[in-house]
Amino acid sequence: MADVKTQEFWRWPETNWVSPDIDWKKGKLITAGVDVGSVSTQAVIMVDGELYAYGNTRTGSDSPNSAIKGMGFALEKSGMKIENIDYCIGTGYGRVNVPMAQQSITEISCHARGANFMYGPEVRTVMDMGGQDCKAINVDDRGKVLNFMMNDKCAAGTGRGMEVFADLIRVPVWEIGPRSFQIQKEPPMISSTCVVFAKSEVVGLLESGMPENDIMAAYCSAMAHRIMELLNRLGVKEKFVITGGIAKNEGVVKRLEKELGIKTADRVWYKKEYVDRGYPFDTQLAGGIGAALFGQALLKMGKAKSARKA
Amino acid sequence: MIVAGIDVGGKNVHIVIKKDGQILGKVSGPSGIKKAESVEQLYDEVLKKTGLTRKDVERVVATGSAAKRVAFANGAIPDAAADAQGVVKLIPTARTVIDVGAEEGRSIKISPEGKVLDFAINEKCAAGTGTFIEAMSRALEVSVEEMSKITLQSTQTLSTNAQCAVFGESEVVSLIHQKTPKPDIARAVMNAIAGRIASVARIVGLEKDVVMVGGMAKNAGFIDSLKNNIEMDVLVPEDPDYMGALGAAEVAAAGIYTEEVKAKVAERETVSEGKG
Repeated sequence: MADVKTQEFWRWPETNWVSPDIDWKKGKLITAGVDVGSVSTQAVIMVDGELYAYGNTRTGSDSPNSAIKGMGFALEKSGMKIENIDYCIGTGYGRVNVPMAQQSITEISCHARGANFMYGPEVRTVMDMGGQDCKAINVDDRGKVLNFMMNDKCAAGTGRGMEVFADLIRVPVWEIGPRSFQIQKEPPMISSTCVVFAKSEVVGLLESGMPENDIMAAYCSAMAHRIMELLNRLGVKEKFVITGGIAKNEGVVKRLEKELGIKTADRVWYKKEYVDRGYPFDTQLAGGIGAALFGQALLKMGKAKSARKA
Repeated sequence: MIVAGIDVGGKNVHIVIKKDGQILGKVSGPSGIKKAESVEQLYDEVLKKTGLTRKDVERVVATGSAAKRVAFANGAIPDAAADAQGVVKLIPTARTVIDVGAEEGRSIKISPEGKVLDFAINEKCAAGTGTFIEAMSRALEVSVEEMSKITLQSTQTLSTNAQCAVFGESEVVSLIHQKTPKPDIARAVMNAIAGRIASVARIVGLEKDVVMVGGMAKNAGFIDSLKNNIEMDVLVPEDPDYMGALGAAEVAAAGIYTEEVKAKVAERETVSEGKG
């Protein structure tokens, strides 16, 4: 980390990327998806159905600004302007507050569609682990939603819960996964469900001298257990994938796989050329990708008109 | 006969010393991380105040979520039983007891004799407990007492979405940023928590008279929200936070903590120790 002066351990790094292989000026249809979540915002730009650029930023105190910031970050290295985009779709918790969007679509549809693009048509269950809620979604081979279950009432099992925990034990949120495996023996999971009570429990464990890495393991198992309860109610089918920020936390993912007895699909692009060209794979992009793909489809089917100004 | 009732909860310890039905002394303090030590200190403190020694106390009965931390107790009783015994003595017409403490909320249906007929409990979720109010008062930058007062000055009803204490805090912060008057935010918080508690109470059914005890019962703003929610009157006895300790002392005096109860307590201890 270049900039570690901050003492806020939940502050995961923001990233952006532009494809070196696409000249957007030659593209026919340029679509964008802006996924404004409670914690993070992703803007994804696709040219003729291929990934062109993205920006992954933290959501600020208001949605419109977060969408503008995310889009600006995605466009930063591209030379493209918002006016060049044919169609933009907003999704996520703040989807109605995306100023540059012509339309909004729910994040459940977008995550399902995005996961289909990222991991391939064999995907049957998508677990989207967001900042403020989590959703288990069963999908068909075209990425259409068949059924879903969600928890949007309780912070336990969400990214926000993990951030609160990171801040409490003063360990950067992206280090929790790896460190949770640097243990002698797997500890019993944190027994409190509620994040507020879990905080007291963790303070007690720290006081009792339990090693920090063990406490991280205990917290990751508790989160894995919460997610498993939701998945079991819906029914998990392979190929099983996790999208959203928590997918990056090996400590949770590996423990969830163990509890479920089902492996998650490798976090690599389904499109072989993306893998060969070394495109970065970010599980948080699923919603934005899905939204951009919906824009593409709507334009092609004539159900939407291009809003391109330049 | 001199007896003691000790209630060790998630955040606070309450101790009552009684002699032949009269309260000789009482004390409360934070239970802290080392609960057993806090209990010993507070017990010695209240004995000193009342001019007694440990030998003068014939029976000690403990209750609360950490009742087993009272090493010197003769027996222990479940929280619901302590509440029921304590309340029925003070308010014989009570049929529903709602007890909301720092980390738990429960609703108890009792018989005219103070027997527990049924109860429902929330111990999994901080929304609906005193911890939620504390967190929100910090976000509002007022004391819990102040928050209770300003709730009654609210002029408009806001509806909030968050059920979770973690999300609730973000919601309160954004209301503050929108320059919403503090009394209205406080009222919204109290309404939300009253809603959570009322839904627990409805599991066992609400029968007159409804009596509210536990630390939250001291919060007039909250009581007002609860009355509005359940559309019934809510009675609050004096020192509602001491109810568990009073009930335990009542049980100690009556000597109704039988061997069977002791065995149950022992069983509960092994289970909770096994859990970690």
